[in-house]
Amino acid sequence: MTIENLKQNLIQDFSFFEDWTQRYEYMIELSKGLEKMDEQMKNDKNIIKGCQSKVWLHAELNEGKIKFLADSEAIITRGIIAILLTIFNNRTPKEIIESDTNFIEKIGLKEHLSPNRANGLYSMIKQIKFYAIAFSKK
Amino acid sequence: MDFDIKNIREDFPILKKQINGKKLIYFDNAATSQTPNCVIDSISDYYKNYNSNIHRGVHSLSEEATEAYEDSREKIREHFNAKHKEEIIFTSGTTHSINIVSNGFVKLIGEGDEIIVSGLEHHSNIVPWQMMCEKNNAKLNVIPINDDGELDLDEFKKIVSKKTKIVFLNHVSNALGIINPIEAIIKLSHENGAYVLIDGAQSAAHFKIDLQYLDIDFFTASAHKLCGPTGIGFLYGKKELLNKIQPLMGGGEMISDVTFEKTLYADLPYKFEAGTPNISGVIAFGVAIDYLNKIGFNNIEKYELELLDYATSKLKKIDGLKIYGDVKNKTSVISFNIIGIHSYDIGSILDKYGVAVRTGQHCAQPIMDYFNIPGTVRVSLSFLNTFDEIDTLCEALLKAKSMLS
Repeated sequence: MTIENLKQNLIQDFSFFEDWTQRYEYMIELSKGLEKMDEQMKNDKNIIKGCQSKVWLHAELNEGKIKFLADSEAIITRGIIAILLTIFNNRTPKEIIESDTNFIEKIGLKEHLSPNRANGLYSMIKQIKFYAIAFSKK
Repeated sequence: MDFDIKNIREDFPILKKQINGKKLIYFDNAATSQTPNCVIDSISDYYKNYNSNIHRGVHSLSEEATEAYEDSREKIREHFNAKHKEEIIFTSGTTHSINIVSNGFVKLIGEGDEIIVSGLEHHSNIVPWQMMCEKNNAKLNVIPINDDGELDLDEFKKIVSKKTKIVFLNHVSNALGIINPIEAIIKLSHENGAYVLIDGAQSAAHFKIDLQYLDIDFFTASAHKLCGPTGIGFLYGKKELLNKIQPLMGGGEMISDVTFEKTLYADLPYKFEAGTPNISGVIAFGVAIDYLNKIGFNNIEKYELELLDYATSKLKKIDGLKIYGDVKNKTSVISFNIIGIHSYDIGSILDKYGVAVRTGQHCAQPIMDYFNIPGTVRVSLSFLNTFDEIDTLCEALLKAKSMLS
């Protein structure tokens, strides 16, 4: 499945929800399926500065694809991580660099995108893109 | 004057706002207070009718602006009962004021001297002193807190000495709302020859403060926590101390004579007010003080404590909810967590119900480290809030809890 297919699936999933409670409940559900991040990886090197809830993001290049592991102390933030990783995990640097993030708005989570929001979504996307650029130069 | 909450709320246009389709419930008053019409109008009145630079022009407009600006200084002097008008220095807020004092003492503090700060401080209160101590090889001591979040006076007695030059603490802790025992601390500090700087950012909105009676050496507060505009506050200092310390900024307004060899500083308060000040902000600050006095600080204090009692007992009924700093002597601030749920998650859900709270560390990481928590949910009440709003908060919290656990 292409990265664009995944986004379309996600947008479709979210389109069934009538209000924010259902969206949030779904995100909380998604957060439970997040791949476990090794406690040792939750170090200062992997921390994303996002003031309120701590977010850790680890990346490594595996056979040309970037493997991400991420976690947060806050469950809503974990839900957001789960959404991001559904789209960006195990993709090539090129795919990630070329991919836009319009889907965030389309699934009704635009409010989380402002740099003022302390959940770090903005910083997470930036960091994911940074990793992609860095790995593309290897 | 009778305290009529319904009428008072009418003065605040923002309270009509809807958030996520719900009526705004504003419980973040400790971060910034809301602004009444009279304050908003005073700013537009200034720009419409007498916008002009102060203290310079010979023309009528400048005189009008200067008079309104200086009237505001007098209102603030009177409200806080400073002895002299020139002891009130307008600043951009408490952070600016604290920097004036710490910078002012740079040349007066040397190796072996000590400075004491409280363990309840806001980041902005710690950093300037750390910088100063690094520069001067002075030592920074901290007054520890106990398990209730109160300052430990016995420990203070042990660390204060003749080496102590400045003691510096907030009147009320921003993270927990605890009122610190400043009278005892001032007395002990003065006995040792140390000066005391009190940060009144979180106290001035809740009760009346008498600077002369408390014998405070330096004091600061911000207008935006007192129903005034953002970006304006004041520093109070005893006249003889303000004369002793060097100014932080150089520029226009603060000098009396300039040659290339030497600049003579202007008299107080202008020595510390370099450049064109925030004129409309100062004027609006005075209007805000008048507004609060019209409602009456006795009324405000009484009503806020009723709200605090009501909210505290209702919140305590929520299973797993833990309040930090639940002591007798506090202002209307409640800092809490629901065990097992991150404060950020609670804040996000509350926002969906139109309830504005602060979550996180409240720029007070040392306190959070002490309790070993990543942050809290902080509900800070003001005289604008109602008992119904507290009921809505509790209902929203229960919904958040069931979603998140």
